[in-house]
Amino acid sequence: MTTLNKIKESATHIYQTILKKKKPTLNFPLRSLNNVKYDPKKGFFELNGKFKARTLSVSTVKTFAQTLRMMALSKDLLKGDDIATKREAYYVSKNWEEAKFNEQPESDMVMDDIEAMFMVNREQLGFIPEEKGGEVAGQLIVIDKDRDTNKEIKIDCTKFGSGAYSIPISVEDLKFETNAKFILAIETAGMFQRLVKHNYWKKSNCILVSMGGVPTRACRRFIRRLSEAKKLPVYVFTDGDPYGYASIYRTLKVGSGNAAHINEYFCVPNAKFLGVTPQDIIDYKLPTHPLKEVDIKKIKDVLRNDPFIKQHKEWIKALNLLQQMGKRAEQQALAKWGLNYVIDTYLPQKLKNEKTWLP
Amino acid sequence: MLGFDNPKKALLTTVKEAVDNSLDACQEMRVLPEIKVEIEFLGNDRFQVSIEDNGPGIIKQQIPNIFAKLLYGSKFHAMKQSRGQQGIGISAAVLYSQLTTGKPAKIISKISPRSPAHYYELNIDTRNNAPDIIKDEEVKWDKDSGIKIELELEAQYQKGKRSIDEYLKQTAIVNPHLHLVYINPEKEKIEYPRVTNEQPKEPKEIKPHPYGVELGILIRMLKTTTARTLQAFLMQDFSRISSKVAKEILEKANLQPNIKPHSLSRLEAEHIMNSIKQTKIMAPPTDCLSPIGQDLILKGFKKEINADFYCSTTRPPSVYRGMPFQIEVGIAYGGNIPSDELAEILRFANRVPLLYEQSACATTKSIINTAWRNYGLQQSRGALPQGPAIILVHICSIWVPYTSESKEAIASYPEIIKEIKLALQECGRKLSLFIRRRRIAENEAQKKSYIEKYLPHVGIALKELLDLNNAEQSKITEILKDILEKGHER
Repeated sequence: MTTLNKIKESATHIYQTILKKKKPTLNFPLRSLNNVKYDPKKGFFELNGKFKARTLSVSTVKTFAQTLRMMALSKDLLKGDDIATKREAYYVSKNWEEAKFNEQPESDMVMDDIEAMFMVNREQLGFIPEEKGGEVAGQLIVIDKDRDTNKEIKIDCTKFGSGAYSIPISVEDLKFETNAKFILAIETAGMFQRLVKHNYWKKSNCILVSMGGVPTRACRRFIRRLSEAKKLPVYVFTDGDPYGYASIYRTLKVGSGNAAHINEYFCVPNAKFLGVTPQDIIDYKLPTHPLKEVDIKKIKDVLRNDPFIKQHKEWIKALNLLQQMGKRAEQQALAKWGLNYVIDTYLPQKLKNEKTWLP
Repeated sequence: MLGFDNPKKALLTTVKEAVDNSLDACQEMRVLPEIKVEIEFLGNDRFQVSIEDNGPGIIKQQIPNIFAKLLYGSKFHAMKQSRGQQGIGISAAVLYSQLTTGKPAKIISKISPRSPAHYYELNIDTRNNAPDIIKDEEVKWDKDSGIKIELELEAQYQKGKRSIDEYLKQTAIVNPHLHLVYINPEKEKIEYPRVTNEQPKEPKEIKPHPYGVELGILIRMLKTTTARTLQAFLMQDFSRISSKVAKEILEKANLQPNIKPHSLSRLEAEHIMNSIKQTKIMAPPTDCLSPIGQDLILKGFKKEINADFYCSTTRPPSVYRGMPFQIEVGIAYGGNIPSDELAEILRFANRVPLLYEQSACATTKSIINTAWRNYGLQQSRGALPQGPAIILVHICSIWVPYTSESKEAIASYPEIIKEIKLALQECGRKLSLFIRRRRIAENEAQKKSYIEKYLPHVGIALKELLDLNNAEQSKITEILKDILEKGHER
């Protein structure tokens, strides 16, 4: 069923409930880490079946009305083959008088609810995010289409010099050509720059992706499609801290609690964690900073609540080790041994030795 | 000098002594009081104060002693609820006036329409504590009876808390039978109307109860009694002592019942004190008290304070150390009372406002120790409650216990604290009922406006989603309104 039909069907159901003089109800899957399960065979977080029901009442009437108006906006967008950014949708609501959203997080929240309710991706509702998807450099040709002529365009990711190719917001229709052997997904723009500058991709025949923190949906989807289409392994290289492990890597690999209804498509289950692992901090004698209070809290929190971490004893061991050391290390700490140490020594050694990775 | 420790307090004490006396005198003679207070600013910190009443007046012979002899008061040791008991005597004001300005007190008194009015100018001969009569003449005074006193004194006038204005306002609240006219130094005339013709019950004088007697007083009573034997003395000069109880006391004290009271030594008096403590004696009679009464507290409140809610409680009489007393509490809430401040406390003893030493007072302590959050007011730990509330506490007693000679704070006897708290709780329950009801009403109104605000958008959205026509849209909006409003009536 198309999204448009799903919206209409839901609206009709509400309408008929009202005509029967009953209070209408909207059912949303609960979007949080509490309501996801992780099956390593499937490889991503999926919903665990808990729903929250929003029955129309005095206390829910505002959000109920806003949800319906947002659905009506989506219907208009889909019918008119148009799109609106999340920010634009927020501004459209300013025309809804009392039902308007005061801040964008409120409209984002309602949008996420509708997504989850119909088990679709926000792009399928006609809404697109503001954020870009990340940057790519290396042995890859991306095949996109020219907007005016609809002809195929080949974008060669080796030819951006010291710059890089920007992952677009929607990656669904892209095609790829490549001879690379693997994808290296990198946390920081700084490390990405260093690897690009020294043409690391040429040396090791790979594709470099800069995630710039927690990867966006587009970035996750791009890596997933590329890796599936071309059967490429994905290696992840982040800072050696709880944020790099449990937020950046975990979200890339298995998705997030908040978007559990669509994780199936927006995750990279075959990703492997290359470094910086807690053991690397010891083995490479990296300069460190003490763990901050938030880091310690995060470690405790994920050990207790994150279904992915809890599934892998390697990760439990690694996080416990980190907590024991009370230290964290950044990717760029490798520069202690020379600026190109990461290219000449660290990455080659790590790539060769699968035992030093984390699942 | 007690009551005149600062220039601001001087005005207050002067007016207070005169007004309290007037109210007592009117009450005793069952006259509805009409009092006029006028304060005129003469420049250079000098004020002329005049207080005039329509009371019974004072007979000529007593005028000099009452106004110009210190501690002459007849009420000082009487076992009877009276306002004057709370003060230090009008003669203190006369002395203060004389000390600061050198001017004599001017008094006019008339006791009946058929008698002439007497005019006196008096000073106090401080060396002998005796009246110094400067002028004494008959004058014409266009009034059936009454007293007018005029004093000139050095003082300071200020409005606000602990001011003369505040004293008069509070006096008007607890004396709703009083008609008071006040002309302040700014020449503004403020009138407090009479809202009831019901006069306060005249309190009865009772004999002291043995439990409340101190050794010094006992020794004085032994010396001055007319009784011929100890047993007769106990039975005739105290309340609640029967011959059986008297015998029991004397037996425990190892004293013969037929000894002459005058012949007792200090040590023997002490034996009596001790054996009184060990003897079970019936509580004193309590019909001697004259509370304001629940209804009149409300009336007094309503005429002076603009609030949304009033309640009051009069507790049954109780006893501390052999002294009967009775507690009354009133609460006014909402209206013009500021809501972001601590609750205001109005304290009264025998219908006289207490304006100083609030924090030392048993009433304040009892209010702080009451859990006001249970009754819908905010309260920080160890503090007065906060909110748009005025709390009135009145204690009447044949002998109000004070923390000090300045008679501004009530001493914290456990029995008194307990009674005040019980009265506060009673009023608190009434208050919380009101606050809760009002909150529910506010919530209802808010819910209703919420429905009216957002419900139409459900209609608009469904219209857009399903291409409904206007009739269909308004139909579902109507149905929804019906369902939701019915829903929250339950």
